[in-house]
Amino acid sequence: MDLVEPIFIIPCSGIGKSFGTISREAMYQVVEELRKCWTDTLCLSLLVMGDEVTGHLVQSHRCIAVDGCPLECAKKNLELADANLAANFRVIDLLKEHRNLKPKSVTFLDEAGYELAKILAEKIASKVDELTRGETDS
Amino acid sequence: MSSPKIGVVSCSGEGCVEGTLSRVATRLVLEGLRPDNTVTICLPLFLSGEKGERMFAKHFPTISVDGCEKKCAEKAIEKYSGKTARSIVVSDLLPEWGIKEPKSRRNLDENGLNTASRIADEIVVAIDDLLASGK
Repeated sequence: MDLVEPIFIIPCSGIGKSFGTISREAMYQVVEELRKCWTDTLCLSLLVMGDEVTGHLVQSHRCIAVDGCPLECAKKNLELADANLAANFRVIDLLKEHRNLKPKSVTFLDEAGYELAKILAEKIASKVDELTRGETDS
Repeated sequence: MSSPKIGVVSCSGEGCVEGTLSRVATRLVLEGLRPDNTVTICLPLFLSGEKGERMFAKHFPTISVDGCEKKCAEKAIEKYSGKTARSIVVSDLLPEWGIKEPKSRRNLDENGLNTASRIADEIVVAIDDLLASGK
């Protein structure tokens, strides 16, 4: 396979509720398993603190924001950094679609949390496929 | 009377395993070790200018828990809300303890969890010290 520029998957980093943990777990599933060769991540805090290298990376690569709650810290901060934002997802929207899944634990996800993270990861992976379609045909 | 509160702010960095250690250690303190005396602040929310988070950090003592030498949590608090009461940097502690960084930033193995637990103990020492000094 040709080398491709990674798409950065950037979760919100929240640690106060399970939503942030779900966004992070979904990101890791994509970056480390589902679309390992196509994606990477970086620290949102580093971007927001004005790190030049991180700022350049999000401007020069496509990014997908994955937010836990409606405050959308990842999406908003990527927009503020003039990032190349290709898509965004919110755990809160997923919860509305899957009302039977009620995640409770924060530090280590429970079964419902992992299930939601898995569903979200598959949605992100599909978006990565859509964005990269045809890019290695050479 | 409510217990005195201290803010424990983790860098949450997803890009490196030290971020995972700082995040898990912070949660261990919040959930198990000192639940009555601690609250956390969502760092990106704080950085985005959320007034409640910044006011809290301005009026209550905070302990920053950073994964790496970039010290995003410490710098953010000091930039917007004043000096942190204590600062813990995981990447400084690991060599001091002779501990190699865990391999997975996603799931901590047994050694990683033990390390997170040791970092949590460091946070607790800082909390108890602050509570004792009444600062």
